[in-house]
Amino acid sequence: MNTIPAPTIEYGTLAPLLVVFGAAIIGVLVEAFAPRYLRKAIHVPLTLLSLFGAFALVLVQVLRGQVATTASAMGAVAVDGPSLFIWGVILVLSFVCVLLINDEGHFVASAAAVPGSADEEEAEAEGGGGHTEVYPLVLFAVGGMLLFPAAHDLLMMFVALEVMSLPLYLLCGLARRRRLLSQEASMKYFLLGAFSSAFFLYGTAMIYGYAGTVSLPGINEALAKGSGLDPLLMLGLALLGVGLLFKIGAAPFHAWKPDVYQGAPTPITALMASGTLVAAVGAVLRVFWVGLGNLDWNWRPIIWGVAALTMIVGSILAITQTDIKRMLAYSSIAHAGFLLVGVMATFGTAAQNAVSLKAILFYLAVYSITTVGAFAVVTLVRDPGGEAGHLSRWAGLGKRSPMLAGVFAFFLLAFAGIPLTSGFFGKYAVFAAALNSGTQPGDSMGGWMAGLVVVGVVASAIAAFFYVRVIVLMFFSEPAADGPAIAVPSTGTVAVIAVSLLVTVGVGLYPESLLGVANDAAHSLFIR
Amino acid sequence: MSPWLPILMAVPVVGAIVVALLPKGSDKLAKQVTLAVSLLVLVLTGVMAAGFKPSGERFQFTAAYDWIPSFGVKFGVGVDGVALVLIALSVVLVPIVVLASWHDADGVKTADGTLITPKRSVKTYFSLLLVLETMMIGVFAATDIFLFYVFFEAMLIPMYFMIGSYGGAQRSYAAVKFLLYSLFGGLLMLVAVIGLYVVAGSKTFMFPELVGAIQDPTTQKWLFGGFFIAFAIKAPLWPVHTWLPDAAAQAPAGAAVLLVGVLDKVGTFGMLRFCLELFPDAAKAFTMPIVVLAVISIIYGAIVAIGQTDMKRLIAYTSISHFGFIVLGVFAMSATAQSGAALYMVNHGFATGALFLAAGFLIARRGSPFIGDYGGVQKVAPLLAGFFLVAGLAGLSLPGLSSFVSEFMVMIGTYSSAAHGSGALTVAAVIAALAVILAAVYILWMIQRAMNGPTAEPVKLFKDLNAREVWVLAPLIALIIGFGFFPKPLLDVINPSVHQTLTNVQVPTSTIAEKGTGQ
Repeated sequence: MNTIPAPTIEYGTLAPLLVVFGAAIIGVLVEAFAPRYLRKAIHVPLTLLSLFGAFALVLVQVLRGQVATTASAMGAVAVDGPSLFIWGVILVLSFVCVLLINDEGHFVASAAAVPGSADEEEAEAEGGGGHTEVYPLVLFAVGGMLLFPAAHDLLMMFVALEVMSLPLYLLCGLARRRRLLSQEASMKYFLLGAFSSAFFLYGTAMIYGYAGTVSLPGINEALAKGSGLDPLLMLGLALLGVGLLFKIGAAPFHAWKPDVYQGAPTPITALMASGTLVAAVGAVLRVFWVGLGNLDWNWRPIIWGVAALTMIVGSILAITQTDIKRMLAYSSIAHAGFLLVGVMATFGTAAQNAVSLKAILFYLAVYSITTVGAFAVVTLVRDPGGEAGHLSRWAGLGKRSPMLAGVFAFFLLAFAGIPLTSGFFGKYAVFAAALNSGTQPGDSMGGWMAGLVVVGVVASAIAAFFYVRVIVLMFFSEPAADGPAIAVPSTGTVAVIAVSLLVTVGVGLYPESLLGVANDAAHSLFIR
Repeated sequence: MSPWLPILMAVPVVGAIVVALLPKGSDKLAKQVTLAVSLLVLVLTGVMAAGFKPSGERFQFTAAYDWIPSFGVKFGVGVDGVALVLIALSVVLVPIVVLASWHDADGVKTADGTLITPKRSVKTYFSLLLVLETMMIGVFAATDIFLFYVFFEAMLIPMYFMIGSYGGAQRSYAAVKFLLYSLFGGLLMLVAVIGLYVVAGSKTFMFPELVGAIQDPTTQKWLFGGFFIAFAIKAPLWPVHTWLPDAAAQAPAGAAVLLVGVLDKVGTFGMLRFCLELFPDAAKAFTMPIVVLAVISIIYGAIVAIGQTDMKRLIAYTSISHFGFIVLGVFAMSATAQSGAALYMVNHGFATGALFLAAGFLIARRGSPFIGDYGGVQKVAPLLAGFFLVAGLAGLSLPGLSSFVSEFMVMIGTYSSAAHGSGALTVAAVIAALAVILAAVYILWMIQRAMNGPTAEPVKLFKDLNAREVWVLAPLIALIIGFGFFPKPLLDVINPSVHQTLTNVQVPTSTIAEKGTGQ
């Protein structure tokens, strides 16, 4: 009788993941057994500590110089330099997002109650504090985000995708105010997300049919030997691409973003706009660079079109928005386009590709931290009925609360990529990488890369218009008589805004240290 | 490594932080601190400039520190003659603007009690002004092209807030238009900057090392295009000039002086240094189209200026005409014309600055920018009218005033330039000369309508210039007259660096003629 060999699991390498998932499971048990009045008091330290602990474990791996050079867990998870960088970024982001989530009044007391019904009033009256399930759900989502960009085979990646997405679908529907909008967002996100997951899974199956394996390096090997024009491969590539591009919100798969960002509770929006984007871009990089690296003749022209379309669509549609969260959603779409420009910059020597990878990692870090800061400011500008979403309500904010408006204006300038903010260097790094990769001899896309960068700067100029428009509203318009109130920020929210501001200013003045970290993470590229 | 330029750049920004952190209600102190800081910068610049050796190295007072080694970016500064005189122009104008804007944010009322500008934050205005001063010095001093780009773009932001928060009724429209135009040009330049870095492959942005790095003519043309469009928008050249009249008319007078007097010079300065020296073949290939655009700007700006009813818009259009002259001088490819163009940049700053400020004082008394609302001012306020007249005459380049020297040099240099052989430049110079007549029309007609004739009813209440206002205008008028008769100190500094430019562009030295100061 054959014995089944026990799999080797590198517990040390995978420790950050295990800590987050372990804490999530403990969180579920707390929900089941702890009395209601104790739950929050247990959840908050548990969640924050586990995120902090996971971050510390990432740091330990980096500082001891023990970055793995082969895939862990029987080739299922690759904890390489880029993974660790992305993990670090996601853990920091989720930590600050949990500080935002902690604030009173973002979450509904009883999600199951019909909006406007007596049940709801009753739940509001007695519980008040909102669902405490939020904490373990966030931890599961964060665990999924960590696993998604590190997954070394397509099946593991699909599992991570689901672990990340399912809690987020739920969390989107928990906004305390504007319940219907929130539930609609949740429903839309769930349906569209389920479709995209199905696409991803179907694509995986097709590629398995072609390559006989789901492991990313295995697929790449099969590509090196086999024909690049197999229908199974083509279909698989297309379906897989749809699934991944949906998650980063690239046009034409971007339609969910504005609705979901608007409807979801703002701290959750912040988590999605930062953490999910970082994780999804990481996964896109791994699939296209590692798994389909030998197929770049086929996918680069397609990504070219998608990137150009995403930048243009995101920038132009943002102009017509009247809701601040929707505007930031379109801005996030445009930024996804800029990131895709970087994803294309992979036709060169290993050293050149490392420069491109460094640029993308740097961009992800600076963009996502600024995004969290911007959404944190959004949570503070409130009407009696909740957050003041409509842009006209922001008129004259600079007169009423110059500090807050000034900080928000600074974040907007960073999004627009004005020099002396972190956003400028992010954009510069990605564009420089794209132009640099276009100079490779034998790259038929060379001139096209320059063209894409020009599309990128035109889109940036268009995008600058709507960022500037908000500044005009805040500073150059007279305040409305019954304007929104500025909530007194909690310590957590102040900390979040201060950290984002410090990073945005600091990296804007002296980007070298963060670039150095990104460089160390990127120089060995992905494990293959 | 000389610490001069980093110190010059640090002083205003430290001052800005101090002003911003002053406690509430210390508006007067904020103004005094700003004035003191800007005077300190002026003195420091004077001491530094005294040590400049025109016959020495091209770039002096150089310093370079590693800033972003990953991108090959250095904090590299240094000045040649042209950069030095432009920095001098900036630091002279800033204290004058501070003094001129003394009450701009206080909420200005006219003699008959109508509110011109509401009360706004004084501290913010003056700290923005100081931040802008740092960036103006930085943009001219940068020898690292990346650093130049950073200042080129970043200086839009303080100006944007100065126009948008402290300007006239249409201020937010004007501010946004200004920002978007400049940003768009700047982004195209960013692509060209990256392209320059990638194609040159020398892993540096330092300007002296990049001269001659791009040899391929096609690449030169593309990169030249990226730089030139950005500078043409900034300068501004017809047909991308439309933002300037709006921005200048809506900006408070002090900000308008810095906008037209200094910020726009970055465009012509950039053409002279970067477009010509980095891409000499492309510059020569594009000379004729650019000369045509410049001539159109000269004539178009002058004609449209005649038709303006708003004083500040009129001055803005005259500037478009003058910028046409500067661009013409830059691309005429002769030493006389280029020296004239560089000198023109300085003189235009003083002349237009004086005109904007005098117009600003006039507008502050009446609350209306329209020429038709005035009349007979000289009977009531002879000092104001007198300064206005001299500033106006400098604007039309009357001999004996500084702008005459530079305009004459540009025209002579263009007329006799052999750079394009065919005599096309001669034709351009002849057409441009027509603008001298048009200039007399727009200036003198404005002065006639506003200053002479019967005194309009509200004008009778006007007070003449007070001591502060005299202190604002007198130094400018003194400089205009002084450099009109004795431009040699400026030319001595400018000429060597213009020669260097022409050598790098590889114009045959026989056309690098000397003299022609017009005196």
